[in-house]
Amino acid sequence: MTAEATAAGPETGVLAIAAAGPRLPGAWRVDWRPVALGLALPLLAALVWEALVQAGFASGRLLPPPSRIAVTLWKLARSGELWPHVGATAARVGAGFALGGATGILSGVAASYFPIFRRLVDPTLQGLRAIPSLAWVPLFLLWLGIFETSKIALIAVGVFFPVYLGVMAAVLGVDRKMVEVGRIYRLSGLDLARRILLPAILPSLVVALRTGLGLGWMFVVAAEYMGASEGIGYLLVDGQQLGKPDQIIAAILVFALLGKAADAMIVRVAAPALRWQDAYQGGR
Amino acid sequence: MMVPLRAVETPDIPDEPPMAGKGLELAFDGITKSFGDAAVLKGLDLTIPAGQFVAVVGRSGGGKTTLMRLIAGLDSPTTGAIRIAGTARRGLQPDVRLLFQDARLLPWQRVLSNVGIARGPGWKERARALLAEVGLADRAGDWPYVLSGGQKQRVALARALVTEPGILLLDEPFGALDALTRVDMHRLLTKVWRQHGFTAVLITHDVAEAVALADRVLVLREGRVAADIAIDIPRGTRAAGNPRLAELERRVLAAV
Repeated sequence: MTAEATAAGPETGVLAIAAAGPRLPGAWRVDWRPVALGLALPLLAALVWEALVQAGFASGRLLPPPSRIAVTLWKLARSGELWPHVGATAARVGAGFALGGATGILSGVAASYFPIFRRLVDPTLQGLRAIPSLAWVPLFLLWLGIFETSKIALIAVGVFFPVYLGVMAAVLGVDRKMVEVGRIYRLSGLDLARRILLPAILPSLVVALRTGLGLGWMFVVAAEYMGASEGIGYLLVDGQQLGKPDQIIAAILVFALLGKAADAMIVRVAAPALRWQDAYQGGR
Repeated sequence: MMVPLRAVETPDIPDEPPMAGKGLELAFDGITKSFGDAAVLKGLDLTIPAGQFVAVVGRSGGGKTTLMRLIAGLDSPTTGAIRIAGTARRGLQPDVRLLFQDARLLPWQRVLSNVGIARGPGWKERARALLAEVGLADRAGDWPYVLSGGQKQRVALARALVTEPGILLLDEPFGALDALTRVDMHRLLTKVWRQHGFTAVLITHDVAEAVALADRVLVLREGRVAADIAIDIPRGTRAAGNPRLAELERRVLAAV
C-alpha cells in the first residue's frame, strides 16, 4: 500500500490544509508581498493627490486629500460621535440579515424538500425578485413608517433572495448517492439531515450567506439614505447636505471596513466545518 | 462488450471452507422488474445458500445493477418476492450491505467516522477493528480525499462489514482500480469472506474475476439467468494455466 499512499500524496494534502487553515499554529505568518503589491496602486494615487493639494495645484475642496480624510475620521472616532452611527448601522444590518437569512434558509429548504411548495411559491418569489429592491422603498415607508421597521424590512428583502436561491439550489444539488448511503445504513431522518444533508450544503450555504450579507450592506445605505437620524448612511447624507466631502469619504471607508469585517467573520466561523474540502487552493 | 480473457492470479489463497457463520440464505421467487414499458428482469427463480460466494456477470443493461438494488431494498420488484433466510422482505434490509463501484465515503467525515456511520454503542472500537482488518488502522484520522482509490474501497469494505451483515452485495467494486490494486482487493475480499462468513453477491463484467473469486457464476442475459455455472475447483489452484479454469471461463463467456 505504500505505493498508493505516495501516489495519493497525503503529506502534501495535509500541508496544503495547514497553509490554508486559520486555526493551526504558524498560519499567522502572512506573506506580505502580495498584500503590498495590491496596495501599491491606491497608495500611489493617494500620495500623488496629497502632493498635488499640498503643492497648491489643486484645492482639494471637492476631493479632499487623504490627510484631511484621516483627520476627519480621527476626530469622529475621538469625539465618540462615530460609534453610535456604527452601532446603529450594524444593528440594522444584523437584524435584517438575521431576518432575511433565516426566512431565506427556511423557504429554500422547504422549496427544495417539498415539490408542491416549490411549484406553489417559487414562481411568485421569482416574480418578486425581478423587482428592483429599491422600488420597495416608498411602499415600505407607507406601510411600516419611517423608523427602524421599514429599514430592517428593506435589508431583509435584499438578504432573502440570494440566500433563498442558494439554499434551494444547494439542497436540490445534494448528491443522491450520498443520501442513498445514509438510507442503506438506516440513518434516522434527523441523522440524515445532520450528518449528510447539512454538511453537503454547507459550502453553498456559506457562499449564499456571504452574498446575502453583501447585499445587506448595500441596502442599509439605501435605507439610511431614505431618512435616518443616525447610522453611517446618515453621515453620508449629512456630508452631502453640509458640503463635507471628507466626511462622505470617511463614511465610505467605514462601510468598507465594516463590510469586510462582517464577511471575514462568516468565513472564520464556517472554516472549521469546511476543512474536509479538497478544494482548489487558488493557484498558490 | 470487451471481456478481458485474463486469468486472475490468486496463488496464496488457501482453499478452506468459509467459517460457519452469519451468512443468510437469499432466494428469488419469480422476480420481475419493469421501468415503464421496459422489462429489465423477466422472471428470476433461484436460491443462493447461506455463505455462498456468487458472481453475477452479464452485459451492460442485462439487469445486474437492478437485481442488486432489489436485494438491497433500494427498489421493489414489480412482481415476485425476495426471501432472506426464508422470509419475504420489502424495503431496506438491515442485514444486507452494499459496496458500490465508487466508494461513496462521506467527504466531510474522517475515515473512522465513515466506517462507523451506523454508530450505535461501541462503534469506535468496532470501526477500529475493521479498519485494522482491511489494513488501514493508521488512517483512521484522515479525510477521505487523501486516500487512493484502493484505500477508499477498503474503507468502504470496512464500513460494510462493521455491522456484520448476513449478505454483502458488491456492485463492480473493483472496476475503477488498477490491475495490481485489484489483485490485492481480491485477496482481501476472499479473506474477509472467510472470516465473516457472509453470503456474497459480486456483480462484475470481468469474467476472469468472477471465476477466480466465486463458488458459482450466474450469467444474466436480457433479464433472465442464461447460465448457472458452479466453479468446482479449489481457490488455491485457480492460477493462470489451469485447464479446468480456462474451460469454465470459456463456458461463462459463451453464455454472456
